Amino acid sequence: MSTLLEVSGVSVSFDGFRAINNLSFQITKTEMRAIIGPNGAGKTTFMDIVTGKTKPDEGYILWGDKNISLLGMSEARIAREGIGRKFQKPTVFEDQTVQENLLMSLKNPRGPFRVLFYKPRPSDLERVEALAVEIGLSGELQRKSGELSHGQKQWLEIGMLLAQEPRLLLVDEPAAGMTPAEREHTTSILVEAAKTRAVVVVEHDMEFVRRLGCKVTVLHEGSVLAEGSLDHVTANQDVIDVYLGR
Amino acid sequence: MQNSFLMRTPSTLIFLALLAVFTIIVTALSEGLGLGLVSTSLVKTLGKTLCLGLVALSMDLVWGYAGILSLGHFAFFGMGGYMIGMWLMYERTRDIVVHSLADAPIPSTAQEISDAIGNQIFGVVGSAEFPLIWAFADSLFLQLLLVVLVPGVLALVFGWLAFRSRVAGVYLSILTQAMTLALSLYLFQNDSGLRGNNGLSGLQNLPGFSDVPQSLVSLWFLWGSALALGLGYLVAAWVVSGKFGSVLRGIRDNEARVRFLGYSVENYKLVLFTGTACMAGIAGALYYPQAGIINPAEIAPIASIYLAVWVAIGGRGRLYGAVIGAAFVSLLSSWFTGGRAPDIVLGSFALKWVDWWLIALGLSFVLVTLYAPKGIGGLFDLISNRTSPNRHGADLGPDAGALREQEANE
Ligand SMILES: Nc1ncnc2c1ncn2[C@@H]1O[C@H](COP(=O)(O)OP(=O)(O)OP(=O)(O)O)[C@@H](O)[C@H]1O
Ligand SMILES: [Mg+2]
Repeated sequence: MSTLLEVSGVSVSFDGFRAINNLSFQITKTEMRAIIGPNGAGKTTFMDIVTGKTKPDEGYILWGDKNISLLGMSEARIAREGIGRKFQKPTVFEDQTVQENLLMSLKNPRGPFRVLFYKPRPSDLERVEALAVEIGLSGELQRKSGELSHGQKQWLEIGMLLAQEPRLLLVDEPAAGMTPAEREHTTSILVEAAKTRAVVVVEHDMEFVRRLGCKVTVLHEGSVLAEGSLDHVTANQDVIDVYLGR
Repeated sequence: MQNSFLMRTPSTLIFLALLAVFTIIVTALSEGLGLGLVSTSLVKTLGKTLCLGLVALSMDLVWGYAGILSLGHFAFFGMGGYMIGMWLMYERTRDIVVHSLADAPIPSTAQEISDAIGNQIFGVVGSAEFPLIWAFADSLFLQLLLVVLVPGVLALVFGWLAFRSRVAGVYLSILTQAMTLALSLYLFQNDSGLRGNNGLSGLQNLPGFSDVPQSLVSLWFLWGSALALGLGYLVAAWVVSGKFGSVLRGIRDNEARVRFLGYSVENYKLVLFTGTACMAGIAGALYYPQAGIINPAEIAPIASIYLAVWVAIGGRGRLYGAVIGAAFVSLLSSWFTGGRAPDIVLGSFALKWVDWWLIALGLSFVLVTLYAPKGIGGLFDLISNRTSPNRHGADLGPDAGALREQEANE
């Protein structure tokens, strides 16, 4: 199994506070990984670093078959390399329809002039249709996404991620604010996606993580505390002390 | 393709139709070709208003659609005016000079003619030399090219510097104000090469058409302005209707999210800023021949702020709103400040509109921003019953078990 993303010895400080401390992390090409950890452990900051939003003070990040470095690339460039991201708080373009949101995300040329003369091909529209079915929004394509419920927005954002056809999906708390039924659907979307690509899911809800049935990385104070199967890490005394036993 | 695009945006068709009807009616009532009910100076005012509509469109694209509050777009408008003004002034002065020198006993050399033109144009600033920037002033074609190129290049350089270092929001607005201030201060200097505070004048006279009356020339410009506004509207509507428009509105609403979708936000801003600057330049090039004069005061910082006020009052984020706002406020403004509005007498105190209009305008700007953010254009929603999503306060999930909005945002 070859490595898709390798984060090595990364640290970042905000005004002297070490949010990420000598963090190392690897993921292979088709793998699901859950990241858990207490509030402020640095989970979101880790995603910020991988997606280029935050520049690390030290360490390196290597990507893909050619092991290119992601450091110094712009957010947009990293996204085009194939890293898609879902934010903790659902962020869809509320003023635009579900279809517009998805069309904008579809993997197509991103340059201003190409986009200016872009016309959706039938295959693009079919893809949008298929995605909408997958995320349970097929009846809502023409609705403004601002009118959707919270759970539907979360799905739309996941759909936008899938539309990008990324090789790595970073998903921050996808089930936050969802009903049990919605959570189940979300799980199945993510498990399906992980069959063909790498998926990293940050989640607090242990039940949700259990259903994902994947390797778990526990973050604490900016570095990895434990890694392994869910049963393995939940048996770890350190993990119980800092996270589970609260 | 063009058809389907027009069908999807009926407001574009309606706008173009109304613009055509307006132009025909004004022509039919004009002194030049019609019944003479509309004076030539009113035709010019209306023609100028159409140009203001065009520059308001460009402002709406950058601000209303992409959320970049540029307070410097009038500089581009003014640059367009200066570029066409140079040719108009040069050619007309040449006509006069050649005419007067024709009576001289010895035929004059090209050098003598050029000197005489220089003397005529730059005498007021104590010079007779043609500055370098007038090198192409004898070519209509090149000056027309500069109408687009000068604002375009200025915007490109400025935008490249600003957007690349991710200057946004208030800082960008201040920076654009600084740009237009610097430009107008520079032009105020006598050695700027554009006649300092005298500016360029006599622009209403078309070289080669000296025997055509202004009543007719004013109509030509009205038609030209209407055509430019119509085409500009068409282009703008096309740009915002597709995926490019989606990306622009995405940048306005959540710039970071657009980046994580893989779009280079900076490049989009730069393309838009430059494109709209060219559009503003064209509007200016049509405006100033109708105004007859351009001077550096035209591009003072306040002018660009007015532009933003027009768009806000008209309703940003919709193209017809910008045009309506520009037309409505600028016409009202010239009515009030022209001393034609009757004073309001309150006992011993007389409210003179010439003095109070700006305060009234400022007040209505504040009121519109606070209570009617959709502006005048919002009135059309009442007709078509278009509603925007109500995003707040509702249950987020379909079931009672779902979190409410506040919790979800934590
Ligand atoms: N831009 C920033 N400036 C200063 N401090 C920051 C910044 N971003 C994150 N931090 C701090 O870094 C720490 C890690 O934050 P992060 O958001 O990554 O935690 P998290 O694991 O995602 O927590 P949660 O479970 O609450 O989402 C926190 O203490 C936070 O206050
Ligand atoms: Mg977080």
